[in-house]
Amino acid sequence: MFGSYEFLQHYWWIIVSLLGALFVFLTFVQGGQTLLYQVARTDTERDLVVNVLGRKWEFTFTTLVTFGGAFFAAFPLFYSTSFGGAYWVWLSVLLFFVIQAVAYEFRRKPANLLGARTYEMFLLLNGALGTILIGVAVGTFFNGAMFKLDEMNHVIWQTNLRGLEAALDFKRDAVNHELIPDNIHNIALGLAIFFLARILGALYFINTVDDDEIERRSRKQVLYNAVPFLIFFLFFVIRLMLIEGFAVNDSGGIENEPYKYWHNLVQMPLVALLFTAGVTGVLWGIGITWLRNSDKGIWFAGTGTILVVFSVFLLAGFNNTAFYPSRFDLQSSLTLQKAASSKFTLTTMSYVSLAIPFVLAYIWWFWKVMTRDKITTEEIEDDPHAY
Amino acid sequence: MLETIDLSLVNWSRAQFALTAMYHWVFVPLTLGLTFIIAFMETMYVRTGEPEWKKMTKFWMTLFGINFAVGVATGIILEFEFGTNWSNYSWFVGDIFGAPLAIEGVLAFFMESTFIAIMFFGWNKVSKGVHLLATWLTAVGANLSALWILVANGWMQNPTGMHFNPETARNEMHSFGEVLFNPVAVDKFLHSISSGFVLSAVFVIGVSAWYLLKGRETVFARKSIAVAAVFGLLSSLFLAFTGDSSTRTIVTTQPMKFAAAEGLYDGKEGAGLELIAPGGAIEIPGVASFLAKWSFSAYVPGINDLLNGDPEHGIMGAKEKIERGKVAIRRLKDFQVARASAAAGKAEADAIKAEFASKEFQQEYFRYYGYGFIDDPEFLVPPVGLTFYSFRLMVGLGFYFIVFFALTLLFLLKKTLTRRRKFLKLAIWSIPLAYIAGQAGWIVAEVGRQPWAIQDLLPTTVAVTKIDAASVQFTFFLFLVIFTTLLIAELRILFRQIKLGPKNEGGTK
Repeated sequence: MFGSYEFLQHYWWIIVSLLGALFVFLTFVQGGQTLLYQVARTDTERDLVVNVLGRKWEFTFTTLVTFGGAFFAAFPLFYSTSFGGAYWVWLSVLLFFVIQAVAYEFRRKPANLLGARTYEMFLLLNGALGTILIGVAVGTFFNGAMFKLDEMNHVIWQTNLRGLEAALDFKRDAVNHELIPDNIHNIALGLAIFFLARILGALYFINTVDDDEIERRSRKQVLYNAVPFLIFFLFFVIRLMLIEGFAVNDSGGIENEPYKYWHNLVQMPLVALLFTAGVTGVLWGIGITWLRNSDKGIWFAGTGTILVVFSVFLLAGFNNTAFYPSRFDLQSSLTLQKAASSKFTLTTMSYVSLAIPFVLAYIWWFWKVMTRDKITTEEIEDDPHAY
Repeated sequence: MLETIDLSLVNWSRAQFALTAMYHWVFVPLTLGLTFIIAFMETMYVRTGEPEWKKMTKFWMTLFGINFAVGVATGIILEFEFGTNWSNYSWFVGDIFGAPLAIEGVLAFFMESTFIAIMFFGWNKVSKGVHLLATWLTAVGANLSALWILVANGWMQNPTGMHFNPETARNEMHSFGEVLFNPVAVDKFLHSISSGFVLSAVFVIGVSAWYLLKGRETVFARKSIAVAAVFGLLSSLFLAFTGDSSTRTIVTTQPMKFAAAEGLYDGKEGAGLELIAPGGAIEIPGVASFLAKWSFSAYVPGINDLLNGDPEHGIMGAKEKIERGKVAIRRLKDFQVARASAAAGKAEADAIKAEFASKEFQQEYFRYYGYGFIDDPEFLVPPVGLTFYSFRLMVGLGFYFIVFFALTLLFLLKKTLTRRRKFLKLAIWSIPLAYIAGQAGWIVAEVGRQPWAIQDLLPTTVAVTKIDAASVQFTFFLFLVIFTTLLIAELRILFRQIKLGPKNEGGTK
């Protein structure tokens, strides 16, 4: 039913990309957390904001976990190479998500040991560093990482920073003896996602919260964050079109190809279309919020985000591209073909993937039910389980 | 590979994983069982319309929520630690192991997180019936989450349904059914969730006993105890049944674990059950044999038999296994050399590949692949003392809970429970015992199978991510501090909520 091995590999890259895209959209929770002190000034307002986010945080969290699980299942070589190799990056990401998981539940409970402010700091840290670090990690899909695989396909990482070099190390390139400029590129992606998450967070408040002051401040935040977002996003995209990419040649070897990602965009018009539609959606969402005072911006910007991130993932993995290149040892770079699970496993899981539309349907239904009316302070005060 | 093994790295990595898993198992069992207890209470509320049932539902739900948060936090780390700390393992078996994790994410986690939100926040947003359905689905979702990770764990204890592909240097799945219905996985799942049910029932009874002792919320407490005692008694009987079945499975799949758990050094027919110490003097004749094979006179191999071999009973010694494992490793190397040497080696590479695919090679050599990494047979013996005492603690407490639930029900029926203050105090102190039993069980399961990450195929020394030990040491202490802080915070919040009592459900406003 699911066809060739090659098809399955691409099919699973689409699923992983979709999960990644959904995750970035759902980081409106993280973005919203970083806006806590900016859109909410009083304790009551903060309670409202925390509760509005608190009804969604688990989706973001679960999507991240499933993204990791799907990567493990479909492309185990990526899982073992990147997670085992870029140890500090991933453990830092995890750390900032662990503190989020308890923050909502514990923040306002009596006798919570650390005090409400500490749990709010946890939310801020998760919102800021969670998004930036994940952005930097995804940046290495284009700029490469410092690893080599041995004959058993075991990872040997080449730096003591274990992945953090993607953001912190500005020394010379080990192979080409040039200054590594691409850390700036990775960081730009991290910051673009950070500001995008804040925009989405503000748009979500505008859509969901029934409070004039919070809404007014959120509208301002959409605009304030749109500027840095556009700067970092444009820098990331333009540079992406200009850099040398990592291409798979006919014999299965990896070679550098100038303008590889630009080529990918041109050679995959559907991806280019998705990308353009996505960017338009994000801008449209920001535009109608600003110009027409609409509260529907989240739907456009959210859909747009999903399309942009989805197409960026496809640029990284499709069209004979190594999706996790090694800057240290070109031939160790991971391609869909090399990193994938066996055909049997991919087929088995593909049957399970048929349940995904069903899962999305009940989540959609739930979302509709729970946000039928805007959330007010009164509702939170009456809710025995309020965070 | 062998020359680079750093034992301190392996030990710190194991410590970190054990720390995460043990903390995770502090929070998970309550999640598994309490949801069913809550779902039952809510069902009673929907059927009778009695506000007391709603009050009970909401109170236990509050405690559930506090506990759930930390379970989620420790769970995400556990999933990613397979990659961060056991990356070689992740590649070697990722083709089999990853699938259950992905299925878990798609089918169980989303179910749990969607319906949990309705359960907590949907009281005024959906109808009573839909809310009740959401509560039941949360319970099912939580237990389904446990299913897939335990299938994965069962597979590590008894790898099945796959064969090794020398080209990719990994195991590849060929039968999903064999992985899912692996007898070890089935036992593991049923035994683990029923232990969660027992713990939850003890928890509800213990907390309610505290109210009875204080003379507060007596109707609420008695009703809660009634629900929990019935649920607990049934679960504890089932727990004993699945435990018995697990024991008989490991005798064949992991005889060394069984021998360690029984402290049995020299195998014999009609082996006795040691009561006090491994290899000690006080034993009940025949019982170990009975547990293992349902016959008082059956032969059970001991640690020494497994190391030295016993041709009479068809047991291969460790030396022979190590030799065969080394053959498998050597053939893999030959394959890699042949494949690398351009056209000339192609025929040879193909021949070795065919050899690996043959049933005979898989059965006679590759099956012992992991032994090839081991030089000293003594390394194959798990820590006997720890396994032996944990096993006794787990089993002893398991039987205690059956009696405990039966007595609770008896006193409840005779309406003497409120008067029996000593028993009520015992009920409170039984809560930590339930946690200890669960932890002891996991120690038997995981320490008892050392040195294996994958039984017979991959020792932890090879499975580990190559990184400097100091890094892992650092993250170990980091997680220790964070988890401990979260545990203390959780306990304080929990105690406060219990003190506030069911009338102030939620307790924040």
